[in-house]
Amino acid sequence: MTRYAIGRVLAGVIVLWVVATLTFALLRFLPGGPFDKERSLPPEIMRNLERRYALDGTLLEQYGDYLARLARGDLGPSYKYVGRDVADILRDAVPVSLELGAAAFALAVAGGISLGLAAGARRDSLVDRSVALGSLVGVSAPSFVIGAGLILVFGLGLQWLPAGLWEGPLYAVLPACTLAALPMAYAAQLTRAQVVAVMEQDYVRTARALGVAEARVRRRHVLRNALLAVMTYFGPLLAILLTGSFVVERIFAVPGMGRFFVTAVTNRDYPLVLGVTLVYGALVVLANLAVDLLYAWLDPRIRVGNTEK
Amino acid sequence: MTARGWVGAALVASLVLLALAGDRVGGYRFDAQDQAHALEGPSRAHWLGCDALGRDLLARLCEGGRISLVVAVGATALAVAFGLAYGALAGWVGGRLDALLMRAVDVIYALPDVLVTVLLIEALSAALAGLPDLWRRLAALSLALGFAGFVGVARLVRALVLQAREETWVEAARATGAHPARILVRHVLPNVAAPILVSAAFRIPAAILAESTLSFIGLGIQPPFSSWGTLASDGFEAMRSYPHLILFPCVAILCSLLGFHLLGEVLRERLDPRRRA
Repeated sequence: MTRYAIGRVLAGVIVLWVVATLTFALLRFLPGGPFDKERSLPPEIMRNLERRYALDGTLLEQYGDYLARLARGDLGPSYKYVGRDVADILRDAVPVSLELGAAAFALAVAGGISLGLAAGARRDSLVDRSVALGSLVGVSAPSFVIGAGLILVFGLGLQWLPAGLWEGPLYAVLPACTLAALPMAYAAQLTRAQVVAVMEQDYVRTARALGVAEARVRRRHVLRNALLAVMTYFGPLLAILLTGSFVVERIFAVPGMGRFFVTAVTNRDYPLVLGVTLVYGALVVLANLAVDLLYAWLDPRIRVGNTEK
Repeated sequence: MTARGWVGAALVASLVLLALAGDRVGGYRFDAQDQAHALEGPSRAHWLGCDALGRDLLARLCEGGRISLVVAVGATALAVAFGLAYGALAGWVGGRLDALLMRAVDVIYALPDVLVTVLLIEALSAALAGLPDLWRRLAALSLALGFAGFVGVARLVRALVLQAREETWVEAARATGAHPARILVRHVLPNVAAPILVSAAFRIPAAILAESTLSFIGLGIQPPFSSWGTLASDGFEAMRSYPHLILFPCVAILCSLLGFHLLGEVLRERLDPRRRA
């Protein structure tokens, strides 16, 4: 298990290096530079700016320079936010995005699994049909439609909750619901399908035939086996939450890192784009790793398989 | 067909008709300004109201729907065509080429797709600078979204082709001396077409969603043209005072996505032999 974990961490570092390299290359393919204005700057000022931000070497030199700095944990200065380091900007923004993401994750997992269990336990009941309809909307609606709907009803109409900004736990409710809608709907569909499939398994019939109480069958056999399959979805779910936050943070004016991304690309703020991308990449890699380890720990079949090797 | 299927078919059919009609529906041009009615809610003259410049919202929605559908269909066609060629090549030839092609796909998968799409749109918009603005935006969006979608199609096609390669009927075709390329095109691909069609059907709503989201954050279609995403974005700014401006674009997007999802489900049920039995 330890060897497996170390191998996966190393693979993650390589993935991050590839992501950094590709993003670096893609950014430099874009026409225009960070200091292009409507009116072009005098050449000597341009030269000074380029020297100040180490943009005057060849691309390969700049790339080597960036990697060397990255290895020391230095993400470089931002071109647009003068006087601020990328690391500095991210230190303020990342915790906000993480809080929002964690709230949405908890909501999506808890809500999706309980809705899916409720629907799967009584097929074709009213609950089942409502969950089916709700999850269809949740899976297909874009987050800005859900966000706008929530703001209209709860923010502007009923005035129960703040419709924007980030100044306390109440402010997280609407953005977290918006961000969680898609993964919650998907988790509900997945859980329902699993519950229905597990209920038809031989071991469930055997347990019932042996006279095991229905509640115990549900808890010990159906729930456990259904959840194992749903867990594989947690990794992709975290990735959806991370990329989804680009739009949700914009809708609710949440000061997370999502809002920097698009503007940083259009400003050609190379270090900021790279910094945000690397943080996203690292979070996705870590999330997938955590899910795989958790899965190996929970499912004895996988655990046994690993020790045999 | 189930009731869900009919609802989906009805939604998609009406949207396609509206998009084909474009701004001929309500009798107003999509860019005609009527300052006297600016920001007015729905009325008899303007069924869905007007925007801040007094432009008829119904006309703009129909015109925007046309643009959204063109991008969605274009992106899906590109994703499927490219993914089909790529995946079939990797799966059919196998060996080193397969390993190389699939590693490339893995790398694209590791990048956040928002990043790839945003960078591609920027690069393509600049590369296509010679085209008129609307065409340039349409092409850049379709290509970027098509690229974002091709990876999934390529993986699916490769897996299907790898599976089919070992079938006895492929062996039989080989034994008759058919050219490998002919076996691939005439025997293998038609046999694995069903799941590919289903995934293509679900790519259309995914592309509508991606396009509207990109337009919503300002990277898509530019004024005076609009897609549903830009209309929603404009409406979002003014939603406190003029909720009709955000309501109708969102309803249009939601209806189209639900419609395409329901139709995709019908296709999946029909084409999956296990479900049919």
